[in-house]
Amino acid sequence: MDILINLLQGGWNGLISYLSAHVITCLVPALFIAGAIAAFVSQAAVLKYFGPQAKKVVSYSVASVSGTVLAVCSCTVLPLFAGIYKKGAGLGPAIAFLFSGPAINVLAIVYSAKLLGYDIGLARAIGAIAFSVVVGLIMAFIYRKEKSQADAQAFAMLAADPPGKSIWQQVLFIGSLVGVLVFAASKNWIVMGIFLAVVAVILWRWFTKGEIVQWLKETLHFTRLIIPWLLLGVFIAGILTVVIPQDVVATWVGGNSISANFIASFAGALMYFATLTEVPIVKAFMDLGMGKGPALALLLAGPALSLPAMFTLTKIMGFKKMITYVGVVVVMATITGYVFGLIVS
Amino acid sequence: MNIKILGPGCHRCDELEKVTKEVLGELNLDANVEHVRDMKKIMEYPILRTPGLVIDENLVCSGRVPSKAEVTSFITTAMAKE
Repeated sequence: MDILINLLQGGWNGLISYLSAHVITCLVPALFIAGAIAAFVSQAAVLKYFGPQAKKVVSYSVASVSGTVLAVCSCTVLPLFAGIYKKGAGLGPAIAFLFSGPAINVLAIVYSAKLLGYDIGLARAIGAIAFSVVVGLIMAFIYRKEKSQADAQAFAMLAADPPGKSIWQQVLFIGSLVGVLVFAASKNWIVMGIFLAVVAVILWRWFTKGEIVQWLKETLHFTRLIIPWLLLGVFIAGILTVVIPQDVVATWVGGNSISANFIASFAGALMYFATLTEVPIVKAFMDLGMGKGPALALLLAGPALSLPAMFTLTKIMGFKKMITYVGVVVVMATITGYVFGLIVS
Repeated sequence: MNIKILGPGCHRCDELEKVTKEVLGELNLDANVEHVRDMKKIMEYPILRTPGLVIDENLVCSGRVPSKAEVTSFITTAMAKE
């Protein structure tokens, strides 16, 4: 009985510290930004760089960073991956997009930086971008004989997208929202208020009522999609800190050995994390003594891979390529974690 | 008339299905609406982003939820072709 109470106590403590104001001030604006990106940023402008005729250098570079705009929702990632792979620029850019997506969307960056520290938050974003290109190139090299079907028709349909806001309207709007986020997180309420006023003016001058409703709808959708899982993840993380003995964590993933980094990235590859739940879980492990290198390795391999994702990927590109991808990711995450661990220690 | 909604199960796909069914109801049409969730089958169409709306095997719209008026015009155009 005591054990059960201890467990619940641990989970509860996790929830309380999660609900503290400083996490909310960054997560709430981030949800509104994600909603704005989903509702207003024109994807066609980015997607044309994934077409069969696009230059490979451009495809890879755009793929490595486009997750910020395209990967806000996991349900868009897999169809897009399949589309780029089979109909567009081919396997390499598709893999680069698939790998970097979950790590560099706005919610993941903000939340990792806030909860785990700015060094890990930044390393996660940079590591994901750099290694997405490397992983993509390796995959493209291994399967270099394979050609995409180059279905130009699918990309021609992009032109049918209704024209959205102009680029500078998009940039100003999302930029002001980011301003609100940054200054809310640093508790500079006056500057935050100024940005909030800018957002209000932009909404009033440039947006119709229908567009604002659409934005709020997307925001609400993200909230409903993410928050329940996040609360559950935080609760489980709280329990983990009670259940798992510190010396076990220290032995397996403490410090910054190659084996610690490998164990972290291998475990991460198998585990399933609902959007963002990887962050509180990694935080719990770090509190128990996980090294910063292995933490980064877990963050890189974790959200990119899971058993359910492997199943879907097998359906799209076959078992052999899926296993190769998993192998490359685990090795890359291990190396990145190790190097990061060396730098910060 | 044969209508397919392409989407692995995201909220926009469900919204498209809802809008389409509403339009069919308003037009008093009895069409067969199928929600295709299998990735392989979805990819047989020239689609990059879900949701996709397929009328009589033609992909008429993808990557967004069209308005009711748009769906109505898609359906009436397809009917005129028949």
